[in-house]
Amino acid sequence: MSKRVIDKTELPDLIGRLMESNRVYAPVRQNDMTSFKLLTAAEQADFNLSNTTLSPKSLMLPQSEWLFDFTLDKAKKETSFLSEIPHDYSPRFVFGIRPCDAKAFQLLDLNFHSPQYRDPWWVNRRQTTTLVGLGCNNPCTTCFCTSVGNGPFAADGLDVLITDLGDELLLEALTHKGFELLAQTGVGAEASAATLEAALAIHHRAKQAIKSEVPTERLKDRSLIDLFNADFWEEVQFACINCGVCTFVCPTCWCFDIQDEVSKNSGVRLRNWDACMFPLFTLHGSGHNPRAQKLQRVRQRFMHKLKYFVDKYDNGVACVGCGRCVQQCPVNIDIRWVFQLMNGLAD
Amino acid sequence: MNSYINRMIQISLRLLVEGRVDAILGFQRGTLPMMSQPILIRQPEQVDQLHWDSFCANNVANYLPKRREKVAVVAKGCDSRNIVLQIQENQIKREQLYIIGVPCHGMVDRRKVLADLNGREVLEVRDKDGILCLAAEGFEEVFLHSEYLQDNCAICRHRNPVIYDELVAEPVTEQTEVERFSDVLALEAMTDIERWQHFQELLSPCIRCYACRNSCPMCYCPTCFVDESTPQWLGRSIDPTDTQTYHFLRAYHLAGRCTDCGNCELACPVGIKMRQLTKKLEKDILELYGYEAGLSLDEPPPLDTYRPDDPQEFIK
Repeated sequence: MSKRVIDKTELPDLIGRLMESNRVYAPVRQNDMTSFKLLTAAEQADFNLSNTTLSPKSLMLPQSEWLFDFTLDKAKKETSFLSEIPHDYSPRFVFGIRPCDAKAFQLLDLNFHSPQYRDPWWVNRRQTTTLVGLGCNNPCTTCFCTSVGNGPFAADGLDVLITDLGDELLLEALTHKGFELLAQTGVGAEASAATLEAALAIHHRAKQAIKSEVPTERLKDRSLIDLFNADFWEEVQFACINCGVCTFVCPTCWCFDIQDEVSKNSGVRLRNWDACMFPLFTLHGSGHNPRAQKLQRVRQRFMHKLKYFVDKYDNGVACVGCGRCVQQCPVNIDIRWVFQLMNGLAD
Repeated sequence: MNSYINRMIQISLRLLVEGRVDAILGFQRGTLPMMSQPILIRQPEQVDQLHWDSFCANNVANYLPKRREKVAVVAKGCDSRNIVLQIQENQIKREQLYIIGVPCHGMVDRRKVLADLNGREVLEVRDKDGILCLAAEGFEEVFLHSEYLQDNCAICRHRNPVIYDELVAEPVTEQTEVERFSDVLALEAMTDIERWQHFQELLSPCIRCYACRNSCPMCYCPTCFVDESTPQWLGRSIDPTDTQTYHFLRAYHLAGRCTDCGNCELACPVGIKMRQLTKKLEKDILELYGYEAGLSLDEPPPLDTYRPDDPQEFIK
């Protein structure tokens, strides 16, 4: 039951059936951009794209999330107490997520679901979501997943991996959740040995098709202080306009800000995505800002991804090689170049 | 394009070697096809990095405010108008600048080209005489600049720099007959309810990354109103009220100051066509005061000055 083959035309039907009693998300096109959206009709899903403009990060970490509400009305006994706003944690299925983006969820687990911290909103969403990934037959020229411990058909983080065989799709269950999905829906026919072989050939070709490479092997041993003080940051930061494009489209940028919004006597506590590119990010209550300059903010983003994260978790870089920031930075700051600078810095 | 680049390099080399400027602000070739990157060059031996093609759309004036050194700046028509405004708004001094003017043929919209390539990736770009030749394994296609210009470039009336110390080429013919405001006229023809619905839809994909603000050479406030925290003026969530407030206020701050360089739309990762907001204000300012932003250092911005014959119907 773990490796099934379906006709491509059956996919909308499978999605439609799941939608009857579950929430299903997939890439949806809106004007010039694509992002993962809750489907209201199976036909909205658009798999004819290299990858979505926005990463699926918001599926687990919404850009704005209302966490608690409270009243400041002294006449009420619950005054000033936070009460958790209920969320919908019913089962959901995400179709068409790329292996790089699934890997990003695993990396973010290190932060949101660790021995020290357990972010309940993150953990609940992760546990109730089944990720049905679609491998990349034709990786982009800006993809460098194979350099950062991942690949166009890597299984990490996925529950089901789909391989596009042309007219047919191979669905491989990779986890218990994935196995359950295939068993319950009973889709397709058991894959033949020839089909599996064809899929492997596609996986191999896709891997070979990745032309972008970034070096990472020396990042761990680099001196943190030397990297921090490196001269190249001046050059890296010059063109940066300090907008939030790179961080907001990034599947692994997880920083957030918690705010209270109060109107008259009632309020909500919410968390919003934040970005180390923004001047407010580290502004202290005193008015002092330890990262007042653009250079400091640009350096922070790359140091966090390619050095602090590496040192702290010993689990590689906090980058999955999706290439979104490379494609979408308005001033063409290319993280692949920063990899080279940071990895190659002379001792 | 090569003649532009050669001339730019010659001028830049001379200026650096003679010590006339401390640095050159221009473009270098990007790491992706159809991309460029603003660069600041300080050493004469670096001038070969200077590049020019139909994808040098970033407004270099964005890198000028509060600069202390003397800079030579490679400026298209729109860049030069923003430089005029920045001089008038005391963000940079004219004496600090050596303006290398670039008569512009209009910039090609990379996204329009990518959309028509339908997922096929380009590996090689040849960009010559209004023709773009794109190639990759298995295909080669020719695109006409004129059909893929950025929306703002297609209706630009000031392609030649309005202020410069030296030009890299003879001025280009201006498109004097283009209709600048057809989209604004469509907005104006809507009923209030239709317009409000249109704005809500227009701004709904916004992720509040502020790329439109940060790519704008006129958005240089030390603290933007959206970043005020004591007190906080605007909510930080993607609540539509806050997002719309941001966009409308941003546009109003640009009344009489926007040169329609198009960098806001160019930078937007989700494709919001927010120029229609600034263009409505551009049209109003033109009709009320007969003023176009940044055309002359001697012409005071209408919202900074008072004239007895200023129209005042709107404050009745």
